[in-house]
Amino acid sequence: MKRAKDWLPGLLLVSPSIILVAIFVYGLIGQNIWTSLNVSRNVVTDKITNPGGWQNYTQLLGSADYQHALWNLLVLTVVFMGGTMIFGLLMAILLEKGINAEGVFRSVYLFPMAVSFIAAGVVWRWLLSPAEGPDQAIGLNQLFIKLGLPELQNAWWSADNRFSMAAMAIPAVWQLSGYVMALFLAGFRGISADQREAARIDGASEWQIYRFVLFPQLSPIALSALIILGHMSMKMFDLIYSIAGANSYQAAVPATLMWTQMFAQNDRVGAAVNATILLTIVAVVVVPYLIYTNRTEREMGS
Amino acid sequence: MTTTTDTAPPVPAPPKPRRTTGHAPGSKGSVRARTMRWVFLLLFGLFILLPLYVLIVTSLKVSSDVSASTAWSLPSQLSAQGWIDAWDQLAPPLGRSLILGVSVAVLSSILGAMNGFVFARWRFPGDTTVFTLFLFGMFIPYQAVMIPLQAMLLTVEGQAAWFQGIVKLIAVHTIFGIPICTLIFRNYYATALPKELLEAATVDGAGMLRTFRSIVLPISAPAFVVTMIWQFTSAWNDFLFALFLTTRQNGPVTYALNELAGGQNPDYPSIMAGVLLASLPTLVVYILLGRYFIGGLMSGSVK
Repeated sequence: MKRAKDWLPGLLLVSPSIILVAIFVYGLIGQNIWTSLNVSRNVVTDKITNPGGWQNYTQLLGSADYQHALWNLLVLTVVFMGGTMIFGLLMAILLEKGINAEGVFRSVYLFPMAVSFIAAGVVWRWLLSPAEGPDQAIGLNQLFIKLGLPELQNAWWSADNRFSMAAMAIPAVWQLSGYVMALFLAGFRGISADQREAARIDGASEWQIYRFVLFPQLSPIALSALIILGHMSMKMFDLIYSIAGANSYQAAVPATLMWTQMFAQNDRVGAAVNATILLTIVAVVVVPYLIYTNRTEREMGS
Repeated sequence: MTTTTDTAPPVPAPPKPRRTTGHAPGSKGSVRARTMRWVFLLLFGLFILLPLYVLIVTSLKVSSDVSASTAWSLPSQLSAQGWIDAWDQLAPPLGRSLILGVSVAVLSSILGAMNGFVFARWRFPGDTTVFTLFLFGMFIPYQAVMIPLQAMLLTVEGQAAWFQGIVKLIAVHTIFGIPICTLIFRNYYATALPKELLEAATVDGAGMLRTFRSIVLPISAPAFVVTMIWQFTSAWNDFLFALFLTTRQNGPVTYALNELAGGQNPDYPSIMAGVLLASLPTLVVYILLGRYFIGGLMSGSVK
């Protein structure tokens, strides 16, 4: 152990941040959990809306609205993560060998990352508008008519079926594919050319080179990308709020349902329960990942 | 990417294209394969640029020219009315967002530099635990703090009336930006700041603050650019905090854009012009400083 005189100044320099993070991250999380365990009554009828304690949790988890929102979140997450990973990987593969105008394509693919979800949501609300028929349809439906493919018209996220949330993943895929591309592109560029050359001399086909030489080395990047996309999906709010409106039932996910509980239903406690569950879901994914990367980093001796 | 320093260093920004990894363009691979590649590249490009076409074309139409059947056509006559209307509504919030973005960028970067320096080179007992606890703060869904945060800040506003709107958001974004900025600076100093240099400074009798000021800060510019761009962009693009903590009168541009777009009878030219106006600053940053922008993304696009 070093002498306190050596390390104390360091601790002092970070102490403002430690205090702020302690209060605003951990203190507020604690307070939110505390709120979620309260008893609450309807202000008008005085009927108990939340019985208090863990029953608040079983009540929300059991409610049809919440389960509907969870199902939507599952559909959204699967399509969003799958679509973004596939698109991003394809873009990276197309670009990784270096082509003319590579910089242009990279910039174009990445540009949606600079745009806010709210701004993107406004355009995509127009693109995904549900009206059909030549005189009514705008957005993609009208484009399908113009392209002579009217049978492709559909109501997108507001369609009346269990998988309509898949349409909400389209704008999210649009926004984040370029990011995944950038990650994979950096990964490809980090692999030395000798390895490919060696595999080629051994008679490996292009596909085999990707499959057995390149892809295995990209798996840490793929894991990071999956974690980042997964946790973005869990808390996705802006985009859905912007496209479907504030209190859409059809497009509800836990993050937007929390807004509805808080402001439309005036149920603070229920909203706090919802937020705590959301935090738990994210933590279950992220904490093992943080521990894992922390350990690998230490093993690498940094 | 978050905590991994092994996959790609956050700063300086991304590896330049290296032709050595593959074969030179056109040297191998059949004409058919190359054609296929271009077809796919262009298809992806089309998918990405489609909304941009809609935005630009619609923003230049007159309101009466916006009908279902002409939705995808070029404007029959060019009009700046949409842009003028959007500007009238968005100018004040655009100014507020500018103040927000710049203040947050500066404040977060200063805190990040201090923290990153300590976590990388002036370690204290328990620092890895503290750092991990910081990192988790980067991943939390902000919904999990929003209800008590809103109540707490309203109480403060009750005591000090100036603490409202943009001031609130500056404080909140600076605080919740601490983890990412700390991470970026820590990773930067871990590679860019030689231990020997610091040891020499210590031998010469320089204290921590003096070392920080005269040795560390002068080499920190690349990391500052990355965190400032990152924080500016996330503060500019944020909607969740804006929605919970500000109002129509004192909110940032994302709030105002949502109001503009949410009316009963949407006026598409001004809405689409509004989207472009509200996205212009971050797009300009992206176009001018793209390399650094990507550097920030690589080190942890987590918000």
